[in-house]
Order: sequence, then structure tokens, then C-alpha cells
Amino acid sequence: MKVITANFVTCAVKECKTSPESYPLHFHDAELEQQEQEFQPEFIRNIVPRIDWDALRTTSNELGFPSLPESKPEGEALDDEQILKDLHRLLLETQVSEGKLVCGNCGHEYMIKEGIANFLLPSHLV
Amino acid sequence: MLPTPDTSHVSFDTIYEPSEDSYLFLDTLSSASESKWLSERFDNTKHTPPLVVEVGTGSGVVLGFAAAQSEKIFGRRDILTLGTDVNRNACLATRETAINAIKAEQQPSPRTIHISSLTADLCAPLRPGSVDVLLFNPPYVPTEDLPRLPSAVDNDPAAAAAMSRSAKFDSDSFFLSLTYAGGADGMETTDRLLDAIPRVLSPTGVAYVLLCKQNNPEDVKERIRGWDGWNAESVGSSGMQAGWEKLVIVRIWRDDGL
Repeated sequence: MKVITANFVTCAVKECKTSPESYPLHFHDAELEQQEQEFQPEFIRNIVPRIDWDALRTTSNELGFPSLPESKPEGEALDDEQILKDLHRLLLETQVSEGKLVCGNCGHEYMIKEGIANFLLPSHLV
Repeated sequence: MLPTPDTSHVSFDTIYEPSEDSYLFLDTLSSASESKWLSERFDNTKHTPPLVVEVGTGSGVVLGFAAAQSEKIFGRRDILTLGTDVNRNACLATRETAINAIKAEQQPSPRTIHISSLTADLCAPLRPGSVDVLLFNPPYVPTEDLPRLPSAVDNDPAAAAAMSRSAKFDSDSFFLSLTYAGGADGMETTDRLLDAIPRVLSPTGVAYVLLCKQNNPEDVKERIRGWDGWNAESVGSSGMQAGWEKLVIVRIWRDDGL
């Protein structure tokens, strides 16, 4: 799974949906793989406005990437090739192959195996 | 005709084999009228790259097609695709189908990105308001019982490898039943998906849901039109039976979304 996925998922437990602690989920014991992709600056430029920046900064720190700027790059900052390249690497080239995603509210751990995260819940949580 | 994604790597022991309903999905999304509608709605001068999610991807033929043909369908290649399925094998199959289809159709410079396939119940892990396009070819056949939801344990590859032949047969039959068995009116799973739509769709979001005649599509559309500010319309159909279409695809969207 690509790192950008963490921007679009939250805890599958119903009671957690309203808790701000359930987003973003936290990567634990993540094994990363880099898969080279052609650098597409406009793709990154287009995608940045729809990213939840605070959540991405959290994810990026947890995965040990260099810190992202505090506020979301806009306007001229989006012409900075280094920023775009860093984001390209983080969002599109980095895959999480093994590990878990953990909810900050209920603590539930979603296992990731061969890049597939499992969000099915045990029956007592459905 | 646009090429159908290759699914020759998929084992259909536990995964739905692409059939008439899957092909109706491909034809509907790439029809002149739907691709025009979608290209206007997600015009790249006004909209950020849409997140296209398929629920219950099976082999991944529908999501792979939407990804590979993004330029024809959405008028842009910079889209993100994500799939969910209760069957881990289907998630593995979908990832391969989607990535291969994008590679085959978007040379020399691929644009569309398949971000992940998640093992999940419908949209359960999706962040509210995040989905721009939702695709669902449900288990729509009316059946006496609805199969239970699989758990993480049912999807454990180590457990599957250690199964006896008869246990493996039971497990395969269980997963296959999930691909078609829809319970009462064939609507038990679709109803749960419909309930989730207002939560997961973005303000400009749209869902495409396939229904069969026994699901009473006209009633379903009426029900959706009764939600505040929502619309539903049939945008694709196939196979006439006693004057009715056997299968229809319904587009569901917020009226005030633009």
C-alpha cells in the first residue's frame, strides 16, 4: 500500500469515527519498499490541495521521513522542485509492505501483510 | 472497443469471474454519456485528482478498467484508485490487475496511481467525505440466508495453507457465496452500502451501483431521491426480460454538488 492511503482511511470501529484520535491511523513496525515511479510534477502539484497536511506530517514523521514543511505548500512553493520530489517519493514511491496501522482512540491494530491491510474486525467489534 | 483488463493471473476458486454484470460496468463507465458527465464533474481546471474507490473488487476488472481508461472516462489521467474486498485473495488479485492494466494502457508515461487494495467490509475504513467516485457491483442474488462476514482469521494465508482438502472446499465455497448471495431481495448488502454513501462521498461525489430486476431498482431510486438533496438515475442496462432490464446501473449523486 502506498503511504498516501493513510490520508484516506480511519478506524473501522463505528464508535471511533467521531473521535479525532482515530485519524490518521499510526504506522507501527512498518517495513517500507521504494518503487521507482516516473516523477510527474503536475500530478504532485494537483494532489497537494486535497491532502490533509497535518495527517500527512504525522504519517511522514512516524515513517522516519525528513520533516515536511509546517504548512501546506501553496502557490510558488509548489514550483519548488525539491519539495515536489520529496512528496513524490513519500506519497507515490514508498510502499508499506508489512506492519500495522493502529487507532489512536481504541488501540485496535490493523495488520498489513504483503502490502494488503486487513480492516476486518473481530465479531465483538462489528 | 476499449480493452478489458487482463485477469489471466486470477484464480477463480474464491473470486468472482468477470461476467455480464462486470462488462455492463465497463460499458456504462466508458459510454459517451457517462464519460462526458464524469469529465465535466471532475474537470481538472476545477477539481483535484479524484479518488475512485471500488467496493468488492473481486478480480479487479472494473477498477483496473477505470484506472487504465481514466483519460477516456474522467477526462484526466491523474486519478487515484483504491479497492476494498472482504476476500484477501481478491485484494491481491485486484492490485495486480490494476497495476498491469495501467501499465498496458498508459505508456510511455503512466499517470493513474492505484494506491491500495484493502481487506475490509464495504467502506468501513474509509475516511468520511473522501470518496469522489464509488463503484459497487454487489452480491445481488436473492438468497434465503446472507453469508456471515469473514473475519481477519478467515483471511489468514497461513491457516489456509494448513487446511485439509474438505476444509479448503468449505472455505472456498464460503468466499464464493459472498460474491453473489444478497439475502432478502438480494438487497441486504446493497442496503448497507447505500446507507454509507452520504457519509463517504465527497461533496461532488458520485456512486454507481448495479442492481438486478429482483432488487426492485425503481423502489431503490425512489428511496434515494427521498434523501435530502440526492438524485438517482439509471445510466446503463442490459438483458431485457419480460419488458424489464435484467441488470441496471444506477448513478447516485448530490444535486447540489456542483
